[in-house]
Amino acid sequence: MSNAILVRNLSKRYLLRHAARPAYPTLRDAIGSGLRRALRGGRQEPGGAVTEEEFWALKDISFEIMQGDRIGIVGRNGAGKSTLLKILSRITEPSAGRIELNGRVVSLLEVGTGFHPELTGRENIFLNGSIMGMSRQEIARKFDEIVAFAEVEKFLDTPVKRYSSGMYVRLAFSVAAHLEPEILIVDEVLAVGDAAFQRKCLGKMEDVSVQEGRTVLFVSHNMGTIRQLCNAAMMLDRGALVASGPVSDIVTRYLRTVTGPVETSPDDVPEGQVRFLAWRLEGSTADDPHSCYSRENCRFVFRLVARTRVPHVRMGFIIQTLTGIRVVSGTSNTTHSEGLTLMPGCWDVIFTLNVPLKVDTYRVSVNIKSGNEYVTAWSAEPELVVLPAGDQLLSDAGSGLLNEPVKFCISPSCP
Amino acid sequence: MQRVVIEAGGGDRRYWQDLWRFRELMLFLAWRDLLVRYKQTAIGLAWALLRPLVAMVAFTVIFGQIAKLPSDGVPYPLLVFSAMLPWQLFASAFADSGNSVVANAGMVSKIYFPRLILPLSTLAVCLADFAVACLILVGLMAWYGHWPSVSILSLPVFMLMALAAALGAGLVAAALNVRYRDVRYVLPFVLQFGLYFSPVGFSSSLVPDGWRLVFYLNPIAGAIDGFRWSLLGGGGQFYLEGVLLSALLSLLLLVGGLAYFRRVERSFADNI
Repeated sequence: MSNAILVRNLSKRYLLRHAARPAYPTLRDAIGSGLRRALRGGRQEPGGAVTEEEFWALKDISFEIMQGDRIGIVGRNGAGKSTLLKILSRITEPSAGRIELNGRVVSLLEVGTGFHPELTGRENIFLNGSIMGMSRQEIARKFDEIVAFAEVEKFLDTPVKRYSSGMYVRLAFSVAAHLEPEILIVDEVLAVGDAAFQRKCLGKMEDVSVQEGRTVLFVSHNMGTIRQLCNAAMMLDRGALVASGPVSDIVTRYLRTVTGPVETSPDDVPEGQVRFLAWRLEGSTADDPHSCYSRENCRFVFRLVARTRVPHVRMGFIIQTLTGIRVVSGTSNTTHSEGLTLMPGCWDVIFTLNVPLKVDTYRVSVNIKSGNEYVTAWSAEPELVVLPAGDQLLSDAGSGLLNEPVKFCISPSCP
Repeated sequence: MQRVVIEAGGGDRRYWQDLWRFRELMLFLAWRDLLVRYKQTAIGLAWALLRPLVAMVAFTVIFGQIAKLPSDGVPYPLLVFSAMLPWQLFASAFADSGNSVVANAGMVSKIYFPRLILPLSTLAVCLADFAVACLILVGLMAWYGHWPSVSILSLPVFMLMALAAALGAGLVAAALNVRYRDVRYVLPFVLQFGLYFSPVGFSSSLVPDGWRLVFYLNPIAGAIDGFRWSLLGGGGQFYLEGVLLSALLSLLLLVGGLAYFRRVERSFADNI
């Protein structure tokens, strides 16, 4: 398979001006300082009223992406992810380096770019489609599909300024989802819209990229989405490419840098604070302490350190999908309806349940409330992995979240 | 399969090819501007009729009735309106293209396309207004029974002259506007003054001989004289050297504007 994207020694430099200057430089400033410089015979102003500092948003990056690869790009804010996408989309020029793109590129850096509030849904589909690089015939051919996907049939002739924000996003994303580029570049756009629609979009993107062998570059802060959609990943840090490889390795590495070293010693918890330190599963037959088999009865054990006494405590436990859908939750209320009093010391907080979930990775979180105030909340790290039990089928999207056997029978009912 | 190479400081070869590839986007943007133009207005398209008419009445009253300036034997409203046509075309094309890049900042910072499409697409609305104004002119000429001679065939030339000057100036303004938002405030000012330095409310024959060449340094002055001559005739007021000077300046403005726009265009997304 040939490469779709070839990047060699790519750098992007920005000049930062340091001085008490307004954000928008004005013509007067430019003319004024130009004149002053001219009068001084072309020398810079004394005292250096303006100092320019170089900032390398990307520095000497090289990589290669094969056709049909789905690459997740991870990294903290300011790591250079968006700059990279902007250069690949030809919105801004690199300061050095060379890029080869083989195939039609469509970049989706924002949902609904160019939507005009005064225009109707119908008109905006054509306008936005054209802005995203579709031809008129192409849009006309896919028009019905786009409308159906967005579920806005009734409001096609209403100006989009009267749309609810959900409808607006659905329409905008639906246009984007029907693009047919060879290389698709996507920036953090799935963060908008409700969870159900997000899932629908992810499914659609997965379909087109897997079945049609499309190359996808995808930036997100949501590791669940990256894991679901991509088969490989790259990690950027301060403008440099620090790692690339299989998606699970990179995601794990990224999560470690974001959360920092996990506090393991109770002594690290400051006076007056309450904190969860670690978690493990007990009663599971899986080897890994953070994995279990589907429908196993497990004890979720959370290590808690309290450096103060907290009255009227309620503890909560939530399992979510990586797309944010709450699947199971529990609370201490069921056994301690009047609330607990948490005393200083180290505790094991235990929630026991039969894990009824399909094979997947899930986010587990625990929290402690005193009255209505949160005392602490913790998104358990690492995430919970549910493994397939025995003869159970692997999860397939669309079959639901729960691994609950459903029996079937058919019987005569007419008299 | 399409292959694109991006290099630092390179990639100019494909530009005009890209401009052609994106022609449909240009049409869509023009279509958008036309659709949006008079949305949520009570009288809608009537504005396109009303604005030049009101301006014409005001100029006729001030210059023709109160100041009693000579009209070279042509009804004063016709004298004014035949100049109002190219002036409005120039003014709106200049202002709209000058604001076009900043007005579409969202697109510029999120999507690649040859940026030249933005100022070019604004011309559609200006031409539409121009077409409406032309209809008024036909009505006025019929009312005064003033029929044009074959010289009307030269009208497209002068129209292109006005467009070239407007687009050239507009491109410079659009590019400067990205860096210096002052342009947005300077533009209406320039146009307001320009109206009085151009022969819209009066005839160019009023300009003293010594000032002729200076007067035609204003590129739109030549276009206006050309319009009057091609519509109303009257060789006495047609000063060929002046019109040629204006034409040359319009062309230079267009070429210079294009060159400047192309040079700074690549940094638009970084500065907008």
